[in-house]
Amino acid sequence: MLQIRKAPIAAGMLFILIFPWAADRIPGIDHYPDVMIFAGIYCLITIGLSLLMGYAGQISLGHAAFYGIGAYVSGILTTRYGFDPWLCMPIGALAAAAVAVAVGAPSLRLRGHYLAMATLAFGVIVNIFFREQRQWTGGPDGMTGIPGLSLFSFEFDSILSYYYLVWGIVAAAFFFTIALIQSPVGRALRAIHTSEPAAAAMGIPIARYKIFVFAFSAMLASLAGSLYAHYMNFINPGTFDLFFSIKLVIMMALGGMHSIWGALVGAVLVAFLSLEWLHFFEQFEILIYGAILLLVTIFLPEGLAGLPAKLLERARRPS
Amino acid sequence: MTNGPLLVIEDLVMSFGGLTALMNIQLRVARGTIKAVIGPNGAGKTTLFNIITGVLSPTEGHIHFTGRAISGLKAHQIAALGISRTFQTVELFTNMTVLENVMVGRHLRINSSFFGCGLALPHIRRQERRLRAQAMEILDFIGLADKSRLLAENLPLGERKILEIGRALATDPLLLCLDEPAAGLNETETEAAARLIQAIKEQGITVLLVEHDMKVIMNISDEITVLNYGEKIAEGTPVHIQNHPQVIEAYLGDGTII
Amino acid sequence: MRHPWFIRAAQRMNSISFATQVLQFIVTGLTVGAIYAMVAIGFNIIYNVTEIINLAQGEFVMLGGLVMVFMHVSVGLPLVPAFLSTIFLVMLVGIVMDRLGIRTIRKPSVMTLIIATVAVSIIIKGVAMLLWGKSPYDLPAFSGRTPIQLGGVVVQPQYLWVIGFLIVVAVGLTYFFNRTILGKAMRACADNPSAARLVGIDVEKMVLLSFALSAAIGAVAGMTMTPIALMDYDRGAMLAIKGFGAAILGGLGSFPGAILGGLLIGLIESLGAGLLLSGYKDAYALIILLAVLFVRPSGILGNLQVTKFKRF
Repeated sequence: MLQIRKAPIAAGMLFILIFPWAADRIPGIDHYPDVMIFAGIYCLITIGLSLLMGYAGQISLGHAAFYGIGAYVSGILTTRYGFDPWLCMPIGALAAAAVAVAVGAPSLRLRGHYLAMATLAFGVIVNIFFREQRQWTGGPDGMTGIPGLSLFSFEFDSILSYYYLVWGIVAAAFFFTIALIQSPVGRALRAIHTSEPAAAAMGIPIARYKIFVFAFSAMLASLAGSLYAHYMNFINPGTFDLFFSIKLVIMMALGGMHSIWGALVGAVLVAFLSLEWLHFFEQFEILIYGAILLLVTIFLPEGLAGLPAKLLERARRPS
Repeated sequence: MTNGPLLVIEDLVMSFGGLTALMNIQLRVARGTIKAVIGPNGAGKTTLFNIITGVLSPTEGHIHFTGRAISGLKAHQIAALGISRTFQTVELFTNMTVLENVMVGRHLRINSSFFGCGLALPHIRRQERRLRAQAMEILDFIGLADKSRLLAENLPLGERKILEIGRALATDPLLLCLDEPAAGLNETETEAAARLIQAIKEQGITVLLVEHDMKVIMNISDEITVLNYGEKIAEGTPVHIQNHPQVIEAYLGDGTII
Repeated sequence: MRHPWFIRAAQRMNSISFATQVLQFIVTGLTVGAIYAMVAIGFNIIYNVTEIINLAQGEFVMLGGLVMVFMHVSVGLPLVPAFLSTIFLVMLVGIVMDRLGIRTIRKPSVMTLIIATVAVSIIIKGVAMLLWGKSPYDLPAFSGRTPIQLGGVVVQPQYLWVIGFLIVVAVGLTYFFNRTILGKAMRACADNPSAARLVGIDVEKMVLLSFALSAAIGAVAGMTMTPIALMDYDRGAMLAIKGFGAAILGGLGSFPGAILGGLLIGLIESLGAGLLLSGYKDAYALIILLAVLFVRPSGILGNLQVTKFKRF
């Protein structure tokens, strides 16, 4: 039986709650809550990807595009049309979902590498649009002056307030996804992943489920993009390029695709790697990511999330 | 509507490229009966199953189920109309428990709205409890209630086949298609499977059966259709088939019948 | 109503120069298309034997260009030895990729194999960045840069080298797959690996060979394109995407399809960039790719039954 244990969730929530307080008291890491905001934004994307990759068994190499759609919808609607930022989030998410259905529907009916390649091509095209539609997006220089978020008269303008806002949304997405996994929908997805013929014989519409999950993951990525735009107040196309899509795959592979915990761990680790720890090795950054991805794929196919079970098994087995 | 045959197949032709797997097949399955389809390997039995359940689309011909044309529908749509099946190669959801396998079988009969499930709305949670109880009832019926918490992949072959039947039953089918339910089973397991199939018939569910074990076929089926090289060569009651000269020549000549 | 003579003359002038312009775009497009065709052929060789989509295919092209620059310009080897040693080195990279990156995967699935080739491609890219830095490199054209004028259309001699090498690769591979024992063995693996294994073909060796062969073809593409388009460490991904677009357009696995698809993508790109908006140069071909996936997923020359019933 697939059960999500309550203790790790409680521990994780406690960690997130006290992290800014603790980081502030440890010299050298007092700026970590800022990094954790980005980690939370990445987590939002990987939570959706864990459903797509771990449960629907599909790979996307273009999720940076959905991330970008959210950011640009927020940026354009607020700066050019004076929309309320909160309204931009659902609009961006719906736009991303619509695009996902249009891209995913034909390629999900085919198998294996078609979605991978379609999303790869799609991601590149969208990035070219971000660069070239200067009158809307500001072109390669990007757009500035995107307003921050506020609720009634409270402004989410400090790192601390944005930290709790982002992680609150991550928690909501996390609980939604966990409930989904444990529901008939999650069982249907696992069924599809194990045996498509048997799932179809049980009356499960396979293509519709895959498209649904793809669209859902696109919506979460778009939401993440909106949060990014309203936090940075500035966006440019470089943030949403092919390499970010690949970084998302690295997060998933490193954390473990078959576990929602893996999605969180992978996102946080890669956020710290790219924003903090690899800063001094800029020359080697690409190479290090490549090495991590290959080593994990070869030696740790279940990712870090699979490590405890593996160690436990090794410990139990008398040597 | 309750009168005519449950399933009517007319002039069915199936060819793959140049190879004709089924030729001009006519088949009727009467309600509440057990119908067996037999024939040597490569006779086209599994192909016939795959067409009925929507895995393949026929090249020509019509299939009517409860009076409704179903050829060309997708597998999940046909399942929704009340045709369920098992697989020759046992396609269980191996990484789920026995109970969960049966619960997936209820998929058609429940509400699985994406947002209702994600928000864990009260009616979804109530439904989940009901679902568990219904699945346990089915496990009771097929005799696997005490193994509900095991992973499906850990069952022995005989029980896996029984579980697959139970999962198919969970869809509330009108017609249950069983693809070699006794293949690979030992004698006791085969007897258990045969008893289960008869019990299913007594529940009022029509059974269409492909099988090689002649003892099972002759004991439980009401009518038998014999296929050979994609063509129907005989049809009738077990007694009739046992004495049919063409059948004996094509298929039973080596004495497998006795 | 007849226009005054000078307007008619201007119109004629304009139309002539427009026709020449289009012709020029076509010539350029076919040349670029020949490169994509070679990348697509590389995809097909590995796909046919292993059903892997090797996303590192573009990195072979990039490496071909940069290694050739090193051999020919930095070391100063003459053209032919530099050419051959580059092929050899890139082939070696292909072999190492199969040994270290593909065969070591214990639970191969479509997803893990895609991820593994992505990993290898960024490793190659990262190493290339360390070795050559981020700036683009030029390579002397094989036979000078004196353009050939064909009725107003400018043809660089290097264009002919590119198209010539595509023909050599196509003829060579046709001969290899149809006439040689080794080529036939590779085809057998593609059709049915277990049967191939039964008749004593070493499937693993064939997989290795397919990586070596497609790395070599990638290297040829890279060496021939560098004098026209320069080369830098970051070009692989886009070349891979377009080459894959060509392979899909022509039907995955089909060699004539790859050539047709490659030339088509080159033409679309060149005409699109020349006549419409140049900023979207890279997008046109990909939009066509997505459109093909919508309408006819098996490609122009492909057969859906084949794609559908292949393993996986």
